[in-house]
Amino acid sequence: MAVSTDKKGMIIRIAEIIIFELKLEKITPETFDPDLDLVDELGVDSMDLATIALVLQDEYGIKIDEDDYPKLRNINMIAEYIRQKQTE
Amino acid sequence: MKTVSSLLDKAWHERYRKISALNIRSSIYDVTNRCNLLCRGCFFFSSNEHKAATEEMDVEKWRQFVHREKERGVNLAILIGGEPTLCLDRVEAFYAQLPTYCATNGQIKIPRERFPDMMVGISLWGDEEDEKILRGKDTFAVSGKNYEGDPYTYYLYTITPKQVGRIESMIRKITDVGLKVHLQLLTNDEHVDGFFWTEEKLRDVRAEMDDMLDKYPNTVISCKYYHEIITTGKMMNRTFGWAECPSVTEPMDNRSPRPKRLIRFIRWASDLHTMHRCCTSATRDCSTCKDGAAYMSWVMVNKRDHLRSAKDLQNWIEVYEMFAKLYRFIPW
Repeated sequence: MAVSTDKKGMIIRIAEIIIFELKLEKITPETFDPDLDLVDELGVDSMDLATIALVLQDEYGIKIDEDDYPKLRNINMIAEYIRQKQTE
Repeated sequence: MKTVSSLLDKAWHERYRKISALNIRSSIYDVTNRCNLLCRGCFFFSSNEHKAATEEMDVEKWRQFVHREKERGVNLAILIGGEPTLCLDRVEAFYAQLPTYCATNGQIKIPRERFPDMMVGISLWGDEEDEKILRGKDTFAVSGKNYEGDPYTYYLYTITPKQVGRIESMIRKITDVGLKVHLQLLTNDEHVDGFFWTEEKLRDVRAEMDDMLDKYPNTVISCKYYHEIITTGKMMNRTFGWAECPSVTEPMDNRSPRPKRLIRFIRWASDLHTMHRCCTSATRDCSTCKDGAAYMSWVMVNKRDHLRSAKDLQNWIEVYEMFAKLYRFIPW
């Protein structure tokens, strides 16, 4: 199934935010695997997630509850979460 | 970009997965302002924290408080004091609702029929000679009998500078009573003569701690990376101190930039309202603090910094496992 341009753009933007906020090296938004598990593979913890969530909240005008952090395990899941929040 | 699976082989990755699923949210509670010992060097009394708040005497209020703590997301209650075993009804208020760790001097035996699997850490400040100087008595003589062979009890052996070169006799005694031991270093809050650390003493004690771990792997719950950072005060070229400490009470943490820290951590006084600044005395010079739990937490909250190499990440895993064992999140 083709991924919509909007979704692709959102995934790239989320990757940019994560790379910037976590100061990740040797990775670009385009090469960031959107299914890569942020917790298990990148070692992201709840404080990192809180930092990322703050930026996403401002960027997309949504509220992210801390209880929802388990739903934000990879970029695809984050994009889907944002999309759902925007339609609520 | 380095990822966990690119750095670890299958066995290490499995160990990583087991602990990364743990989401430990601890807080510390002064159960009482009273103690049955008067130890030179105890931060609680030397910094007058025992006068910071009036004890809540109504055990129902303790139960309600613990319930609120659980709602706040705390999943590990670390009970200190004063001496918590003087108020077992308050200890029970925690134990009935949360995974609970009770720090004690071991002079009163916790009844296992009321607290069958509560983790107990017995403080020990050296051998008989040092214990008599610092605590007025040989506490091991009593605590060793009280807790002999208890599977949920370990000694928290605070090594003093005078102990360097003769730690083994205590490790052997602990082995002989069938208990485990975790090692940390004395912070000389009361400036007791002869109990100051020097660079040389710290170097020597690190080597000795490593040696004890090698010789008594079934008794000593520790790892060499922990020994390195607690003796050098350095981790990843950073220096431990106020700007780095993870164990600061969250609502009182005004540091900027805010370092990696324990989420939702609070140290509560025994009135159940007053908060203390951190896990130890607010009068302590953070640059000389040797609090073992603070050092362990310092490593644990800085996980991503340890994704630098396989060895760094393995070091992080070992420290996390050590913490998880000490607080019963994983078995010995």
